[in-house]
Parts: sequence; C-alpha cells; structure tokens
Amino acid sequence: MTTTQSPPRLEPRSPRGRRDRLPGVGAGEKAIGLLNGGFLLLWGLITALPLLWAILSAFKTNGEFRVDPLGLPSGVQWDNFSRAWSAANIGQYFLNSVIVVSISVTLTMLFGAMGAYVLARYDFPGNRFIYYLFLGGLILPVFLALVPMFFVVRNLGSLPVIGQFLGLNSYLSLALVYVAFSMPFTVFFLTAFFRTLPNSIAEAGIVDGCSHFSLFWKVMLPMARPGLISLALFNFLGHWNQYVLPLVIMQDSDKKVLAQGLGTLAASTGFRADWSALFAGLVIALLPVLIVYIIFQKQVQAGLTAGVLK
Amino acid sequence: MRHGKYPFILAFLLPPVGIYAIYMLSPYVQAIYISMTDWSGFTSSQTFIGFDNYVEMWHDDQLRTALRNNVILVLVVPVLTLLLGLFFASMLNVGGRKRGGAVTGVRGAPVYKIVYFFPQVLSVAIIGIVFKYVFAPENAGGILNRVLGAVGLGGLQQLWLAEPNYLIWIVVLVMTWSFVGFYVVLFSAAMQSIPRDIYEAALLDGSSRLTTFRKITVPLVWDTVQVGWVYMAIQAMDAFATVHIMIGINGGVQGAGDVLGTAMYREAFAEADFGYAAAIGVLMLVLTMLVAIVFMRGLRRERVELA
Repeated sequence: MTTTQSPPRLEPRSPRGRRDRLPGVGAGEKAIGLLNGGFLLLWGLITALPLLWAILSAFKTNGEFRVDPLGLPSGVQWDNFSRAWSAANIGQYFLNSVIVVSISVTLTMLFGAMGAYVLARYDFPGNRFIYYLFLGGLILPVFLALVPMFFVVRNLGSLPVIGQFLGLNSYLSLALVYVAFSMPFTVFFLTAFFRTLPNSIAEAGIVDGCSHFSLFWKVMLPMARPGLISLALFNFLGHWNQYVLPLVIMQDSDKKVLAQGLGTLAASTGFRADWSALFAGLVIALLPVLIVYIIFQKQVQAGLTAGVLK
Repeated sequence: MRHGKYPFILAFLLPPVGIYAIYMLSPYVQAIYISMTDWSGFTSSQTFIGFDNYVEMWHDDQLRTALRNNVILVLVVPVLTLLLGLFFASMLNVGGRKRGGAVTGVRGAPVYKIVYFFPQVLSVAIIGIVFKYVFAPENAGGILNRVLGAVGLGGLQQLWLAEPNYLIWIVVLVMTWSFVGFYVVLFSAAMQSIPRDIYEAALLDGSSRLTTFRKITVPLVWDTVQVGWVYMAIQAMDAFATVHIMIGINGGVQGAGDVLGTAMYREAFAEADFGYAAAIGVLMLVLTMLVAIVFMRGLRRERVELA
C-alpha cells in the first residue's frame, strides 16, 4: 500500500442544488432510508423464513405438514425426533459424524500446524517448493480427484496389517481424506500466522535451552492460539458439512455420515411420507452447527472470509 | 540448538506432506492418466485409448446439457450474488445518514450480518432438502405454492421441479440464496476500511447515494470483488450436492437439471466407466482454470488504493 491517490472525483453540482440539499436530512432521504431498511428486512426474511419453516416442521405431525405447512404446530411432536434418531438411523449417522470429525479436525490442526510452523520459521532447501505444493491444492476442483481417490482408499485397504483400518467404509480413511483436502488452506493460513509471531520470544526460548520440539509445543503453539481457534472452527464446519467425499468413501449404510444420511433419507422420504421425521433429522444435523455459530459468530465469519481476503 | 534441525524438520513435515501426497496429490496425477483409458475399475487391465473419451464427450448430448448448465451457473450465480452482496453490504455499512452529514451503518447491522451469513455454515445437504420442499407440490408441503396462493398469486403456482426448463434456474436461485450472506460479510469488511471522511466529502458535494455507491464504494472494494468473483465461480462450478439432493442424481425431468458433477458421479459409480468419468473431471479442471483466468483478466481495472 504505497501508492496514494486522491479519492475518485465526483461530478460537481450546481451551487443552487447544493444549497437546497442539506445532506442526509431531507424528506427524500428519509424515504430512501426507509426503502433501504425494507430491502434489508426483506432479504433477512428470505434467508430466515425457509429455515424457520424447516425447524417448525420438525415439531409437526405429518398431517399438519401436508395440510397446513405455513401454520404453527398444534403441539410439540417429540416423537418425530425419536423416529428420526432410531428408525431413520440419524442417531448412527450422528455418531459417525462425531467420530470422523473429531479425528479429522484434531489431525488437521496438529499436522497443519506442524507443517506450517516448519515452513514459516525454518530455512531449508525445498521449503518454497513444499509450500507451493500445498498452495496449488487450493484451486484444484475436488471432482477431478474423486475417482482415483476411491481407488487409492480401496487399495490401501488391502495392505497387510494396517489395511484393516484404511480401506473403504473406515472412519480413519474418511478422516485422513478430510485432512488431506484441508491441508492446502490450513497450511496456507497458519504459515502466514506463524510468520507474524515475534522472533524475540523464540530467541529467548532458545537461550533458555528449549529444544526445537519444546519450542513448538510450549512457546509457539500457545502464541498461535487465536489463529488456531478460527481455523479449527473453519475446518469443523467444513468437515461436518462435507457431502461428496463421504458419498464416495462411506458406501456402507451403517457408516454414513450425517449430511450423507440425510440426503438418503430425503430421497426415500418421498415414498414413506414421514416428512416430520426427515425435518427432525435435519434439525438434529443443524444443531451443532447452530450452537457453534452462535457462540463463535465473530470468529466463524472472520475465519471463513479470511480465505478469500488473504 | 543447531544440531538436530533437519531431523526435526523432517519429522514435522512428514505427516502433513505424506497424507496430502497420498490422498490428494496422487489422485489428481492419476486422474489425468485414467481419463485416457477405458478402465471399468473392476478389472486390473486398463487399455490406453488416448483421447477417445474426450471425443466421446463431444458427441454426448446429456453431457452437453450438463455443460450448458454449468456455464449458466458459473456466469449467472456470481453476477447475482455480487450485485446483491454489494448492494446489501453498502446499505449495512454506509447506508445510514446522521444529522449533520455523517455516514454510518444502519441500525441493527450486526444482527443482519448474523442472519445473512447463516446459510454459509449450513451443510449443502440441509439446504438442498429445505428447498426441495420449498419448491414441492402443494400437497407435499410445498410452501412456495402455498405462499403464492395465500397472497393471491395462485396463477403463478407451478410444479416447479417437474418443469425441465426451470430446473437449472431453481439451482441458480438456491445457490445465490446460500452465497449472498458470505459476500455481504466479506464486502462489509472491505467497506469498513474506507475512511468515513471520503463519504462525508462526497455528501457535502451533494452526490446522491447511487453516485456515491458507483464512484466511491465500488472502486474502493474492487479488489475484494475481483477475488470474491473468482472464488465464487469456482464454488458455482460444483453444484453437485444441491442438484443431487434437490432434483436427483439423474438431473431431474429429462435430465434437464444435470451438471458436470452429477454426470461424472453417474459415469463412475453407476456405469463403472471410470475412464470417461475422469475425463469429465479433467473437463471440469480446464473450465475452472479458464474461468479463473478470464475473470482475473477481464475484471482487472485500475487499482485505487488507500494510504
């Protein structure tokens, strides 16, 4: 940011127009202000209403859903949730999602921080090359990798000893795939973050006789906490909501994750007409995300938009 | 301290690079080779057939529909999203006017941002299901038809998802709906860094809101718009989950809502024609690159920077 330019020039107005129009207080201005407010409110409603409707539908009976979709539920049908949880298998899917996402977010943050730390603060041959190797992954479309990835995972499953943990329909496989696809952005973001950390503290650590290893764990990692938190949220949301990767890896119906299981449920609901259980399942899937969003709203917005701004 | 530097570097790089190479890089490299074979995936033999898959794509009518739909998505979704995003962001951040000529955000702006942004954190599966029922027939909970009937526009009621010509446009609307909030927040961040006195000077010069928007706000956030545009075009390329859930893996009625992602998925996991599927994947890569380059160049404009 070195070049300074004056703000873009505006067309000059006649002096008369200027005198007549006191900025920001005329009746016309008020009308425009109201109109603006109207638009903002309208988009707020367009965003919120379909979701509110979906949440309300989870508490209705199937009859109410069909006959009076816009009305409020007459009573709260908790039974919808138990049907969704057990009969429609959402409970199992929820558990699968929790297992996969806890492994994948932990490993993504751990490995991402390790890689980024070394790339940001150590000089060695090949440093730039590895950094750009990670960066390149940011623009590749997932779809191109889908077919070979399926075979990579399938073939890893036939390795001796470790194969049983790494084949198709394995929590660990899916988690590792998530880790791999999260590496480009995680490394990119954290490398930038580790570079901003002050050298003086690292040097003090070295003087105190820290090893490389304890310098990372005891000094650098705690200092990087704000960056780690917003990135962990970013990865949590991305992994929890992932749809196409589990579709390829988890083909066993017991191993499906939540988003994928909901998709299957939606496809079969047409025949069984148990809409309210479907929407109850949807609310179950939505809750963790909603809670995280409400608690960490600032960090989530910052974390998700940082990807574009940097 | 100097000793042990390389073992440490190696130990720290090995897990991330290893996982990345096995699960992400190697598939991309293999994809290009597989796209030149007739591999069905279940035999160990794969015959190298050169560009035959690419020639076949050229004559595949269903794929042409999918391609056309992807082009619509990549062109229309970013335009709609950016216009709405810029519009709402500028209203939220510089839309307010105080007595004495101060430019402020509107009241309740933080609340609007929270609501607008929310679709961004939702799974596409959830969005797909909700809108599948928004556009459903009236006797299956379709609230759009219900609302149209309730406000006296019953004549506009349609079997939305049964009309081939509407399908891709419904996808356009749903994707735009889910993207706008993200760009409102993104552009808001950019707009907040514009010094207020520029606006105040413009107000004193008597410039209207539209002029202020066109000549101050847009040029000063243009860098962000440009990056956002490319990012969004890449996102719009992948409409897989929305189409898969809302209108089905076959692209709905007459396959009219098909996109490249669903076409590829079918070829691979239903037809077991992995070579052809990989070729569609390569086509998607080429399109993504093209879009990124064209948009980066086409939108380049004189930079206006603030000190």
